[in-house]
Amino acid sequence: MSVLGRTIGFSILLTLVFTLVANLLPQMEGEAPREETMDPGELTMDSFVALGESLFRGKGTCTLCHNELGRAPDLLAIDVVQAAEQHLADHRYHGKATDAAGYLHESMVDPGAYVVRGFGKKGSNDTESPMPAVDRPPIQLSELEMDAIIAFLQAKDGNQITVELPAGPSAPAVSGEPGDGMSAAATAEEALVKFGCPACHTLPGSESVVGPVLTDVGARRTPEQIRESIVRPEAEIAEGFSGGVMPGDFATRMTVRELDMIVRFLAEQKG
Amino acid sequence: MRAIFRLLLILFSLAPVAAWGAGDVAGAAEGAAQLEAGLLPAPQPTRADYPDIGFSSRAIVWVVAQMHLFFGALVLAVPLFVLAIELVGVRSGDARYDDMAHEFMKISLTAYSITALFGGTLALALFLLYPHLMEYLTRVFGAQMLVYALLFFLESLLLYIYYYGWNAMRYGNRKWVHMSIGLLLNAAGATLMVMANSWATFMMAPSGVNEVGAVVGDIWEVMKGPLWNPINLHRFVANIAFGGAVVGGYAAYKFLAAKTPEQRAHYDWMGYTSNFIAILAFLPLPFAGYWLMAEIYAYSQQMGITAMGGILAWLFIVQAVLIGTILLAGNYYLWSGMSRTEGSRRYQWLIKYIAFVLVVCFLIWVTPHTLILSASEIAALGGSHHHLLGPLGIMPAKNIAVNLMLVFTFLSFQLYRRSDKVATVSWAPAANAFLVMIYLVAIANIIFAGIYYGYFTNTVYKVGSSVMQVVSTLVVIVAGVVIDGLMFRNARILPSRWGQVSNRAQYALFALPVAFTWLMALMGYVRSSVRTHWHVYTVMKDNSPDNFIPTIGYAGNMVTLVTLLFLAFMLFIFWIANLGSVRQEPPR
Repeated sequence: MSVLGRTIGFSILLTLVFTLVANLLPQMEGEAPREETMDPGELTMDSFVALGESLFRGKGTCTLCHNELGRAPDLLAIDVVQAAEQHLADHRYHGKATDAAGYLHESMVDPGAYVVRGFGKKGSNDTESPMPAVDRPPIQLSELEMDAIIAFLQAKDGNQITVELPAGPSAPAVSGEPGDGMSAAATAEEALVKFGCPACHTLPGSESVVGPVLTDVGARRTPEQIRESIVRPEAEIAEGFSGGVMPGDFATRMTVRELDMIVRFLAEQKG
Repeated sequence: MRAIFRLLLILFSLAPVAAWGAGDVAGAAEGAAQLEAGLLPAPQPTRADYPDIGFSSRAIVWVVAQMHLFFGALVLAVPLFVLAIELVGVRSGDARYDDMAHEFMKISLTAYSITALFGGTLALALFLLYPHLMEYLTRVFGAQMLVYALLFFLESLLLYIYYYGWNAMRYGNRKWVHMSIGLLLNAAGATLMVMANSWATFMMAPSGVNEVGAVVGDIWEVMKGPLWNPINLHRFVANIAFGGAVVGGYAAYKFLAAKTPEQRAHYDWMGYTSNFIAILAFLPLPFAGYWLMAEIYAYSQQMGITAMGGILAWLFIVQAVLIGTILLAGNYYLWSGMSRTEGSRRYQWLIKYIAFVLVVCFLIWVTPHTLILSASEIAALGGSHHHLLGPLGIMPAKNIAVNLMLVFTFLSFQLYRRSDKVATVSWAPAANAFLVMIYLVAIANIIFAGIYYGYFTNTVYKVGSSVMQVVSTLVVIVAGVVIDGLMFRNARILPSRWGQVSNRAQYALFALPVAFTWLMALMGYVRSSVRTHWHVYTVMKDNSPDNFIPTIGYAGNMVTLVTLLFLAFMLFIFWIANLGSVRQEPPR
C-alpha cells in the first residue's frame, strides 16, 4: 500500500475509534424546558406538590447543587422547614421573612439574605451566596412555580403546607419538563411501576428473581417494617440476598403519598 | 497599549453614531428616539421565525464554524512558532531552521485562503439561518466587526509580504525587518483572534448589556466579559499545540515518502521539532482549561455543573481517551526518537516504568463513575457503583491520574532532551539528586492531596486540593527546565543521527493531529453547549428546532465528520504545497 493510503487508513481508523467510544457511552438528549399552559383552577394540593418536585428536579435545576455531593445543602436529606426556622433565628440572617415559607421564597429570589456556613462564595467568608436568583434568567421561575417548590419542600418531610393553591384562570403559565415522568403517581400500582419495583421484585402480574418476592410480604412483615425496607433498604437484608442492590434514595424520590400508597398496597399482599 | 486598543474600538464603534449626529438637524426629539432605539432589548424569536431549509441549521453552522476554527487556529499558530524558529535560526546561524520555518509558512499560506473561505461561508450561513441572532450581535458589537474586517486585510498584507519576502530579506538588517513583519503579522492575528473570541464569550456570559439584552456599556465592556481572557489564553496555547501537531503530521508523511537519507534526516528533524512544539504547548493546556472552568463556575455555578456534572459530563470520558491518546503517542514518539543517539542508553531502563504509570493513569482516567445498568447487571455488580472501580471514577482519582501523566510525560521529554548531552559542570550530581527529590515530593504530594482531600474531607476542599496538585506538576516542569538549562549550558554534545528513527514512530506523529483535531472539535462543542437553550445566555433564548443538547453519539458523529473533512482539506494543502515545486519536463 502507498504511503498516502496507509496514512489515510490509519487516520480514519483512529477517528473511528474515538467515534465508537462516543457511541458506547449513555445516550441522552438535554431537552430545553417547554412552556406549557396549565389551568391553576384544576390543581389539587397533591398535584401542586408533584409539580413542585418536578420543577425542583427539572427546570429549577435545584438538584444540580442541592445534592449529596456537598456543593450546597442537601435539601432532600434535611427537614427544610426546620432548617429555615433555625436560620431565621440566626443573628447572621438579614432578610425580611418571618416564617419558613417566606424564608424559602426569599432564599430563591435573594439567596444572599442568609448563607449557610461553609456554602458561601469562595473568599466571601459566607457573606455571598453562589446561588443564582431563580426568578431571573436563565432559570426564570414564576411566582407560581416557586410556590409549588415551597409546597414540595414542606410536604416531603410531612410538614404542613402553608403556601396557598393558585386560584383563577389568570394565573401565569408554568413550565414542565417534557416527558420527565416525574409527576406523582395516582395509584399504588402506578407508583410501583414509576420507581421500577417490578424490575427486581415479583409482584402481582410480574416476576423477577433479583429481589425478594413481594406477593406475600404482607403476611411476613408489618407495614412499619415494609416502610423501613423501602426508605432504608440496608437496615435489614433479606436472607439469600445481598445488600447494596436496592437504591437507597427512595425516601427522597417518593412523595409522602406515594410511599403511603405503596406501603398500604404491599401490606395487603398476603399470598 | 490596552488604552489605545480600547480607544480604537470605541472610536470605530461610535463612528456611525457620530456620523448620524453630524448630519441630523431634527433636534433632541429624534435624538431621544435614537437613544431609545439603542436600548432595544434582545429579540426573542419564536420557532416559526427561524428559516426552515429542510435540514438542521445547527448541523450546517456546526460543520462550517468548526472548519473555520480549525483553519483559523492553524494559520494563527504557524506564524507564531515560525517566527520563533526563524529567531533560533538567526541566533544559531543554522540555515536549516530558516528553511524549515519557510516550509511551514508554505502550509500556512494555503490554509489562510481556506480559512477565509470558510469564514465567509460561516457568516452567510449565520445570517441566513439565524437572522435574529445575527441582527442582535451586529447591534451589540457594531463597528467592532468592521475593525475585524480591516484587521483581516492588514493580516493578509503582512502574511504575503512575510512569505514572499522571505528570500529577499534573508540576511543582515533585512532579516530583522522580515522578522518585524512577522511580529506584526502575529500581532494582527492575535488581535483578530481575541476580537472573534469576544463574540463567543459574549454569547456565553454577556456583559455590557442589561438583563433584557439592551446595550448599556461601551464596546470594551461588551468585549471584556468574565470568560474572555480565559478563552483567549486557552485558545492561544491550544492553537500552538494544534499547529505543531498538524505540521508534525506533514513532516511524518514527508518522512515516510522520502527517497534519500538526506530527505529522511530533514523530515525526521522537522517532525521532532513539530512534536516538541506540540507537546510543550500541550503540557500547560490543562492549567489554562482549569482557569477557564473556574471562571465559568464563578460566573455561573449552574453553567459549570452543566458542563462538568450534568448532561455534558460524559463527554469528558471521551476527552480522557483523546488526551490519553495524545500523551501516549507523544511519549512513544519521544522514546522512539531516543534511538537517534547512543547517549539515550543511560535512560532507556526507565521507559518501561514510565509506560506502566501512563497506562495505569490512562485507565483510571477513563473509568466512568456511574453506568446505566439493567437490574441483573446491578445485581451482578453489587450496586450501581463498583466497590473498587467506583472510587476511581470520581474527580480526585482522575486529578491524580492526569497530573501524574503530565509529570511522567515531562520526564520522557526531559530524558529525551538529555540523551545527546553529557553535563560538564561539577555540581551536576547534586543537581540531579535535587531534581529527583523534586520529582518524588511532587508525586507524593499529588497522590496525597488527591486521596486525603478527595476522599476523606468535604467536597469544598476537593477543588483546593487540585490546585495543590497542579502546583506540584508546574514545579516539576519549571524546575526541570531551569535546572537542565543551567546544567547543560556547556555540555558535551553526543552525535545524533537524524533519520534514524522507526517508521512506526511516524504514525505516532499522525495520531497527534488526528486526536488534537477531534479533541478541539469536541471541546468546542462542550463550550458552546453549556449555553443549553440560549443563543446568548440569560438574555436571548434559542427557540429553534435544534435548541436541545444532542446525544453524545450524535455529537461524536458530527465531530468525526468535521475531523475527516479537515484531514481531507489538509491533504489537499500538502499536495498543493508540493505541487509548486514540481516542474513538467518540456515535450520532446
